[in-house]
Amino acid sequence: MSSFLDAREPAGIGRVPPLAPSWSTIGRVIEHRAMLYRRTFRASLFASFGVPLLFLTAMGLGLGGYVDQNPDPTLEGLTYLQFLAPGLLAATVMQAGSFEAAFPILGGLQWNKIFHAMFATPIRAADIAYGNIVWIALRLTLIATVFAIVIVGFGASRSPLLVLAIPVAVLTGLSFSTPLMAFTATQRTPDKFAAIFRFGITPLFLFSGTFYPIENLPEIVRPIAWVSPLWHGVDACRMLMLDTVGRDPLLFTIHIGVLVALAGTGAAFAARTFEARLVRG
Amino acid sequence: MHDSLATEPTPAVEEALGASRPAARASAPPLISARGLTKRFDDFTAVDGIDFEVAPGEAFGFLGPNGAGKTSTMRMIGCTSPVSDGELRILDMDPRRQGPQIRSRLGVVPQQDTLDNELTVRENLLIYGRYFGLPREECARRADELLDFVQLADRGKDLVEPLSGGMKRRLTIARSLINEPSLMLLDEPTTGLDPQARHLLWDRLYRLKQRGVTLVLTTHYMDEAEQLCDRLVVMDKAKIVAEGSPQQLIQRYSTREVAEFRFLPGVQETLDGKLDGLASRIEKLPDRVLLYADDGEEVVMAARERGIHPEAVLVRRSTLEDVFLRLTGRSLVD
Amino acid sequence: MALRITPLFAFGSRRALRMIERNLLVYKHGWLMLFSGFFEPFFYLLSIGFGLGRLVGDVVGPGGQTIPYALFVAPALLAASSMNGAITESTFNFFFKLNYDKTFASILTTPMSPGDISLGELGWALIRGALYTIGFLVVMVLFGLARSPLILLTLPGALLIGFAFAAVGMAATSFMKTWQDFDLIQLVILPMFLFSGTFFPLDSLPEGLRIVVQLTPLYQGVDLLRGLTVGVIGPETVVHVAYLLVMGLVGLSIVSRRLDKLLLK
Repeated sequence: MSSFLDAREPAGIGRVPPLAPSWSTIGRVIEHRAMLYRRTFRASLFASFGVPLLFLTAMGLGLGGYVDQNPDPTLEGLTYLQFLAPGLLAATVMQAGSFEAAFPILGGLQWNKIFHAMFATPIRAADIAYGNIVWIALRLTLIATVFAIVIVGFGASRSPLLVLAIPVAVLTGLSFSTPLMAFTATQRTPDKFAAIFRFGITPLFLFSGTFYPIENLPEIVRPIAWVSPLWHGVDACRMLMLDTVGRDPLLFTIHIGVLVALAGTGAAFAARTFEARLVRG
Repeated sequence: MHDSLATEPTPAVEEALGASRPAARASAPPLISARGLTKRFDDFTAVDGIDFEVAPGEAFGFLGPNGAGKTSTMRMIGCTSPVSDGELRILDMDPRRQGPQIRSRLGVVPQQDTLDNELTVRENLLIYGRYFGLPREECARRADELLDFVQLADRGKDLVEPLSGGMKRRLTIARSLINEPSLMLLDEPTTGLDPQARHLLWDRLYRLKQRGVTLVLTTHYMDEAEQLCDRLVVMDKAKIVAEGSPQQLIQRYSTREVAEFRFLPGVQETLDGKLDGLASRIEKLPDRVLLYADDGEEVVMAARERGIHPEAVLVRRSTLEDVFLRLTGRSLVD
Repeated sequence: MALRITPLFAFGSRRALRMIERNLLVYKHGWLMLFSGFFEPFFYLLSIGFGLGRLVGDVVGPGGQTIPYALFVAPALLAASSMNGAITESTFNFFFKLNYDKTFASILTTPMSPGDISLGELGWALIRGALYTIGFLVVMVLFGLARSPLILLTLPGALLIGFAFAAVGMAATSFMKTWQDFDLIQLVILPMFLFSGTFFPLDSLPEGLRIVVQLTPLYQGVDLLRGLTVGVIGPETVVHVAYLLVMGLVGLSIVSRRLDKLLLK
């Protein structure tokens, strides 16, 4: 077989090669992430299955037992586990989505510079950003699906609409991933991540109605919930799993609208910051 | 572990220095042509209006110290950094509009390794081939062939992380060849490697050149430029200060030989005027004096007759280092 | 021939203080980060203690007395954050400095010994822990959660928890080879965090599980701090202190034996 490495005449200018479509180059970026994931997915099994199991047992059943002893009117007759499950689903996916948009992305841009290596090939900077976003969406879908299965195992779901809570939870995760990814592409060190997680992600996790209806929040922190994207995700998942979308379809639409707007705007910004970063070197 | 040196003799330096195969055919249109090429970052100008052309099959070098603008030029050619001003055509395409298409025909070896440390040696090649949209079987076939070529066939299943610097560079070169590029860009290919690893790498690059691959490389090592380049430009402070083959540059800007005199500390300052007229040109460096002449030994004898007794004397042939010193008044590597 | 007695702890010199000095220098540039560490338990107290507390109502605390949920959960959060802080510092961060940052490698070229480094790092982790604890105690007082003067003893109590976990964490790190190994640590820490009587009393657990939980170090720490906060001490207080002390010393002796493995590779 003839080979490139055989002696030959120097290659001339030749013809202009075809431009690969974005769906194809985005697919190549995803293929790379999948190749990496094959090595590490075993380690992430505990995080995928164990964490929801432990949280639902401890908070839903353990602590829930005390809550259910004298049910609070704000729970509207639900067991605490039923109330908590959708919130924890959205919150868990949100945390995973945030983490995936921080360290692994900075790694590819700064530590081993594999995104720079991709950028030296026909893959466009924006496609590298989009490819990573699609990959994160796939990861989050897996996490949300496993969580939903655990919820069903606990008998904590009241509606088959639980199936729709999976994409809503993924959307919630992406509404954090894409803006954070846009920010990550402007960073050279992970120094600011700790502050973002401590002052951003953790308070949102705690104050977005995940663990109890936000009417129970201390007054001073209640505004956090209203502006929190996580609250929109938590409440939308809850409406689906408790089959209450019909009660307030407008609110549900607002929830989804806010999440889509955030995820979409974040993705557009991520494409730009990736481009700026890769061009700067 | 160190790199195993090729068993075959490295192609003789003389061959590279002498009449190398007539790669650059005047008739063929250039693969790269730049006119007034400029790169600005905010108010800093990294590349200041340079002109050059690279012909098919040629090994073309950018020689210059750190910060001369070599890497910025390479990144513009690699279509990963937009041109600020001037004209640049690569493979007769416009990097402003056709970046992805140009990049599909380039092989890039960046200054810093960008290998994926979490993947194996072979996987690095496979996935890189996929970035170019090559079918998987084709990636596998080329990967095995290239691993042989860079003498890493027995390390295919190992992770990249524990490889030596020289092996990683060779893997990066193999990676850059996976798309059978029309043009290879190498930014400081051997910086930071030990001498043995450098020679092994030069040998592989020399083979590629012999097989008709067009090479564009930057370096601040004059020996590297002399070994590999058919033609080079000397860059300093964002501009091109000279252009030609290594021999042409030496002939034009230096003498055949150089006599280097080293003195005990303090002695050099007391010499004033005593050396005048000994050579066609005299350069005083902080640690030594360089006397340029066609016959170095004659200079040494003449100096002894004048009662000048340096601590150490070295007579050598002129190199590109001397060319650079002549052109800029500074050394290449500080 | 003189009999050589191998000391239990093969380290200790005043040079360990230099390590603390170095960390202080580092944090002079990142004081905000140091400061922010305090907020995590505070946020948890606000959200879980007071927010979720409204749904939970009162629970049975130490000595059988009924206490508000916030008072029940506050000392547990203090204990858990002491554990988390110590574990993060002694495992992830220690491993990073060891293998990637090469901070230790450069320090070892000076007269500093591996023992000085380990002890210094441990000391620094405790100083940070003390700062966070003081901050958290101030918050507890402001929110009216101080019932007894014994609450002041939660400061040494929290430090003891930090010491015990940091020593064992460092010992565990000396056996770690890759980042994947750290998943094992999460496998131990997370269940402990959730089930050691941190968020709900043990009486809802089945008998067998309750005994297992009572044997975990975090339960020991949680129960110790909860007793001190509410002002109930007894023989179990002594047991808790002894447990944590022994755990820390055992960890430390393993660290001192494996120091060469840890640092001189």
